[in-house]
Amino acid sequence: MSPRSSTEDPWWVKALVLSLVAVFLGLVLVLPLVSVFAEALRQGVGPALAAISTPDAIASIKLTLLTAAVAVPFNIVFGVAAAWAVAKHEFWGKSLLISLIDVPFSVSPVVAGLIYVLIFGSHGWFGSWLIDHDIKIIFAVPGIMLATLFVTFPFVARELIPLMQEQGVDEEEAAASMGAGGWITLWRVTTPNIRWGLLYGVLLCNARAMGEFGAVSVVSGHIRGLTNTMPLHVEILYNEYDFVGAFSVAALLCLLSILTLILKGLLEMLQPQVRRAGH
Amino acid sequence: MSSLTSSSAGQDRRLGGALPLFRRRSAIPGFGLSLGLTVSLLSLVVLIPLSAVILKASGQSFSEFLEAGFSPRALGAYRLSFGAAFVAAMVNALFGVLTAWALVRYEFPGKSIINGLVDLPFALPTAVAGIALAALYAPNGWVGQYLEPLGIKAAYSPLGVVIALTFIGLPFVVRSIEPVLRDLSADVEEAAASLGAGRVSIIGRVILPALGPAWLTGFALSFARGVGEYGSVIFIAGNMPFKSEIAPLLIVIQLEQFNYQAASTIAVVMLSASFAMLLVINAIQAWARKRSA
Repeated sequence: MSPRSSTEDPWWVKALVLSLVAVFLGLVLVLPLVSVFAEALRQGVGPALAAISTPDAIASIKLTLLTAAVAVPFNIVFGVAAAWAVAKHEFWGKSLLISLIDVPFSVSPVVAGLIYVLIFGSHGWFGSWLIDHDIKIIFAVPGIMLATLFVTFPFVARELIPLMQEQGVDEEEAAASMGAGGWITLWRVTTPNIRWGLLYGVLLCNARAMGEFGAVSVVSGHIRGLTNTMPLHVEILYNEYDFVGAFSVAALLCLLSILTLILKGLLEMLQPQVRRAGH
Repeated sequence: MSSLTSSSAGQDRRLGGALPLFRRRSAIPGFGLSLGLTVSLLSLVVLIPLSAVILKASGQSFSEFLEAGFSPRALGAYRLSFGAAFVAAMVNALFGVLTAWALVRYEFPGKSIINGLVDLPFALPTAVAGIALAALYAPNGWVGQYLEPLGIKAAYSPLGVVIALTFIGLPFVVRSIEPVLRDLSADVEEAAASLGAGRVSIIGRVILPALGPAWLTGFALSFARGVGEYGSVIFIAGNMPFKSEIAPLLIVIQLEQFNYQAASTIAVVMLSASFAMLLVINAIQAWARKRSA
């Protein structure tokens, strides 16, 4: 009997577990992914490419990129500030603050859209003031940005806070004792230590910003060419029974998420300490 | 619920005002700026907007609140959202632990691809998942065509909601269990085996109890995520009132009919439920930390 046999499963258990896992993951993960590309290419490559190069599709791609370009820098600034305050200092109410940062993860995306309609919509808190000054937030691009900021809010912070807490304050205190200012310390001492965790958070934040549907759908108004992001464009085409079009734009989003997963996997392989369970 | 959120917003403001009193001296600069920025952005983007929905829902009498928040249609929607999320979380708890077990304990071809793929629901836009699952499980779809003759209607039924929520919740269970399973050293199992324990009793008495808290956490996270999910569900659900209409969709429908108060009321009921679940998750995690310490 080999020394490890007591902790190793017999071959038939292995075979049973692996086949159950294969069938389950096949039905829930693999087939849906494959079907997106199959449906997109049902009539060949030509119609698929045509569907993602219509003016409306291109406008939706541009808006999606713009949304991510706003959400990601915002998230970096907030995440670094929050992690700096929480991990490098002691203050009262810290654990409450950490829990509050996570709140957007437990709120339905639809509610995330609803709250901005209640504030900036025509019947909302600032509704009449906004109409008087001819400023549109709901059913316009700013509303989409706000809803995206809400749903992506915790991403960078929740990667950086545990990472910076683990690293402690020794290096920053040393820098301060040698007379380095706050910005120099942040840039020269802290940033090199947290860059991989930061990148990991940015990757997840970017994927969510580009893919958010529920929150954005509530505030967008679905105006083609103006307030449609890629996921919303997928919905419109699908509801019009333009399945090749819908799945072609969806396939583009799939490629993006596969790229995200590959980069995430590489990051976890090269920098195992950034790996976190949960979101 | 309403008192919970408004009091935490209040605590934030007090925190800002009383900073020097509650702060331990530190040589590292930037405390005021970083905390100020954190608290202001958190208030502006998250806390104040969330309070709007609570204010809106509380601007009505209690009987109006009950009528909007607990109408037969709303009750049907909660039953579906919570019920389907519960079933999906159970399915994920079962297959998630098998997946985590396979990823940690076995070597097999394509393991790193499977490992990456488990996170697909985190990365894939929910609308894309929704149309893909609808196409797959529709009566003429790749999988649906084999279910149809068996009398199983997968898409456009409550079962479709369960399928979508299983997809959405899968990574939570796998990623919660995986690190615990990895840290569980083979020594403990070998020790149990050398004392004469059989494989079945090792799994039942050593492995499963150690996994318990992580398993519950994964289940609760999967459940909580499923309750609020919208994008992946609406394409596959069929969206029939009282039958296959989820609660987030009912919020959208009320909003489209300009019934802001009713939309907010349903939102507050759901927020209360998700904060209650958040407390449960935190309690499980605190219990697990205590137990392992």
